[in-house]
Amino acid sequence: MATIRFTKDHEWIRVEDDGIGVVGITAHAQERLGDVVFVELPDIGKQVEQGGEIAVVESVKAASDIFAPVAGEVVAANDALTDEPAKVNADPLGEGWFFKLRPRDPAQLEALMDEAAYARFVEELG
Amino acid sequence: MNETETLLQTTPLHALHTELGGRMVPFAGYEMPVQYANGILKEHLHTRSQAGLFDVSHMGQVRLDAPSGGVPAEALETLVPGDIQALRPGRMRYSVFTNTDGGILDDLMITHAGDHLFLVVNAACKDADIAHLQAGLGGHARVTPLPERALLALQGPAAAAVLARFAPAVTAQKFMTGQTVRIDAVDAFVTRSGYTGEDGFELSVPADHAEALARRLLDQPEVALVGLGARDSLRLEAGLCLYGHDIDTTTTPVEADLAWTIGKRRRREGGYPGAAIIAAQIEDGPPRRRVGLRPAGRAPAREGTEIAGEDGSRLGVVTSGGFGPSAGAPVAMGMVPTVASAPGTRLSLMIRGRAHEATVVPLPFVPHRYARG
Repeated sequence: MATIRFTKDHEWIRVEDDGIGVVGITAHAQERLGDVVFVELPDIGKQVEQGGEIAVVESVKAASDIFAPVAGEVVAANDALTDEPAKVNADPLGEGWFFKLRPRDPAQLEALMDEAAYARFVEELG
Repeated sequence: MNETETLLQTTPLHALHTELGGRMVPFAGYEMPVQYANGILKEHLHTRSQAGLFDVSHMGQVRLDAPSGGVPAEALETLVPGDIQALRPGRMRYSVFTNTDGGILDDLMITHAGDHLFLVVNAACKDADIAHLQAGLGGHARVTPLPERALLALQGPAAAAVLARFAPAVTAQKFMTGQTVRIDAVDAFVTRSGYTGEDGFELSVPADHAEALARRLLDQPEVALVGLGARDSLRLEAGLCLYGHDIDTTTTPVEADLAWTIGKRRRREGGYPGAAIIAAQIEDGPPRRRVGLRPAGRAPAREGTEIAGEDGSRLGVVTSGGFGPSAGAPVAMGMVPTVASAPGTRLSLMIRGRAHEATVVPLPFVPHRYARG
């Protein structure tokens, strides 16, 4: 059973049965960014700490950093976004995923928000 | 609400912006819409394919009268390098206020409105510009700010057909001219000009009539509201300067590739701040020049991105940059040494610490479609 968790920076991470986490940005994040025109993805094999800058997403207006939801090693990147960055807007929790990560510390994952907590968090942002 | 928000000014269309889903942001001391529900990309493309309506009421509108009647062209020429005396009634010109170093204090539009000169200056500079005009023109001109007037821009290939439904006289109007027309029993001063590279108009109207006019225009099927985000991407594709970014007090009109705004007589006679420096740069060439830059990949190079030579030497910085929705690719402008400014010159853009290939290209990125007639 996959587990999905959310960060205060509006990333999501969904850990599949094989223990690999898929990372992307939330529907709220893509809506705030507007039309995504460029995504810079991490190199495979890159080691990242929790909260470290790991990718970049750019709208017409500005560039925004994507932070690693948990520490780990990058094991895949969604190269389809290079030619079709608009997938981030169209399907942020599906085809608009950014990269896959092998988490180093499962406890970090448990400390993130679950779906209900993130929904409340977004609501409080107004 | 925090303190900065309470200090922001609003335009006469503020209620309309919020009603129509404008995402309001602080800009030049005003709370302005950066985009509406459609988003920047669609607003940009809509302007290029049909017509966009922009609220630019934050910009400064100023009237100049000569104390003895007529227009104070000679007096204004002491502050700008443009040939204002040659400006015939109904014609307008783009110019700049210069400082004694030849730097640019602001860029502006000057229209000969028959019995006065009508100026449009940048929002962020307008208080300083008005003080500069009052101090510089002395008794030779009466300076009247027009804060009671709103300014709307209607831009795009359908703009003329749309506006002609309300004011048929605009059909015959040429690019860079101005005239007063009656729209719904209100006098509007209309110039055929803009900041998008498209055909279009700017309409100066009394503030209390602005919302009604905006609603009438928005009722036309071709017209959509467009925010400041798309205004910026449109002007960037059109290769037009943004004050405070591409031009400022440290850049001369020659470096900014705006020497075309300085007529032959003014080059010869001078008589404006910084004239000797500017004349020398026209004669000998400027040390650096504003150019168009086309990154090879898809990564946009934003303002402040370092421009390096192929050998890694630092050449300059990107002054405006982003993604061009009509170009379908990243586009940028930057200042580089004149030796590196020829179209075709290969450069590197240092985006997040990595060198990305780019080429110097002629401006604009998207052809201008002005009604030159």
